[in-house]
Amino acid sequence: MNLDFDAFLDTLPIMGMGMAGIFIVTIVIILAMVILQKVTQPKDKE
Amino acid sequence: MAELFSNVTNITWQQVVMWVIGGVLIYLAIKKDMEPTLLLPLGFGAILVNLPLSGAVTQIYDGAEEVGVIDVLFDAGIANELFPLLLFVGIGAMIDFGPLLSNPKLMIFGAAAQFGIFFTLSLASLLGFEMKDAASIAIIGAADGPTSIFVANFLGSQYIGAIMVAAYSYMALVPVVQPPVIKLLTTKKERLIRMPFRQQSVSKLTKILFPIIITAITGIVSPRSVALIGFLMFGNLVRECGVLDSLSETAQKVLANLVTLFLGITIATKMQAEMFLTPQTLMIIVLGLVAFVFDTAGGVLIAKLINLFLPKNKKLNPMIGAAGISAFPMSARVVHKMGLKEDPQNFLLMHSIGVNVSGQIASVIAGGLILNMLA
Repeated sequence: MNLDFDAFLDTLPIMGMGMAGIFIVTIVIILAMVILQKVTQPKDKE
Repeated sequence: MAELFSNVTNITWQQVVMWVIGGVLIYLAIKKDMEPTLLLPLGFGAILVNLPLSGAVTQIYDGAEEVGVIDVLFDAGIANELFPLLLFVGIGAMIDFGPLLSNPKLMIFGAAAQFGIFFTLSLASLLGFEMKDAASIAIIGAADGPTSIFVANFLGSQYIGAIMVAAYSYMALVPVVQPPVIKLLTTKKERLIRMPFRQQSVSKLTKILFPIIITAITGIVSPRSVALIGFLMFGNLVRECGVLDSLSETAQKVLANLVTLFLGITIATKMQAEMFLTPQTLMIIVLGLVAFVFDTAGGVLIAKLINLFLPKNKKLNPMIGAAGISAFPMSARVVHKMGLKEDPQNFLLMHSIGVNVSGQIASVIAGGLILNMLA
């Protein structure tokens, strides 16, 4: 079995961009959900 | 008489090995109840396509091609990604995103628990797999069968059969794979942390708008995953809209069952001995395990990291991070049971379910991002 270190190094930016991408999209979704909850929450009647 | 048995001479030892593998898959499905809906058809299919000159798959007879029905099903349902997408409608209709909507911050664990995917991509490349195959193998870590099929097929990986076997086997093995990893990465004190659950009401409007907004956001960021997330969220919209109960029930039961019925046996076309019995298959099985282990680790470690910044009375039980893998609801149950084992009064289920459904969304996003970057 040959280890391909060049290919491994090529994938490191993909790993970085992929994880960063997931966290960015997730944070956008969380913000959207928080706003959505705030906007659609029924107002308490006093 | 001799002609009746002439095909016996066409049997190869590789085909016999595949019969044994098929038999093992059927055994695991029936006797051990391991993902029986997928492993049983897959096991039977493995035997079916590995009979000598099997008419179930495309063969050359006397110089002419005879198309096999399993290959017809593959072209009609897998090659164009139709089956996994239809299955996603059913899965979307089954999921209640309520626990996640009442605590959206839980989604961060779903994101962290995709680390295994990207780690495995690098590892598979190091071991000599081509990029498209490495990415397809890595997506086993999505712990999500339809996403694995979708990505592997989209990228044209030749290892789709082995990837399917690994993906569904490890999904069934979540109760075996996750606990040792969680225990290794957490202290007893951390596992004892209680997290009180405050039920927050979620309006019907929120539940209706949620699938539409998620589809729009992920579709804009990762257009290649829009079909995956779109079909998942379409199923959920049908469930939550309140006026399509009959369709929702059909999607959850009849549609999901019908697609599942053919999914396993269709994938079996990629389990023909000459394609399956390779050293790469073994490597894929090992890499799948690596993906699951590092997914679990990613979720647990991010919870521990967040705990560093939280006040003492608001610490998270880091075990819930492990539920960020997509295997739903098994992973949530594993975490809940581990919590109860440490402290019979520690109920983590609602938190872990919230994390688990977020893992469902995050795994689809991860699949989409991989397609965006590599396809």
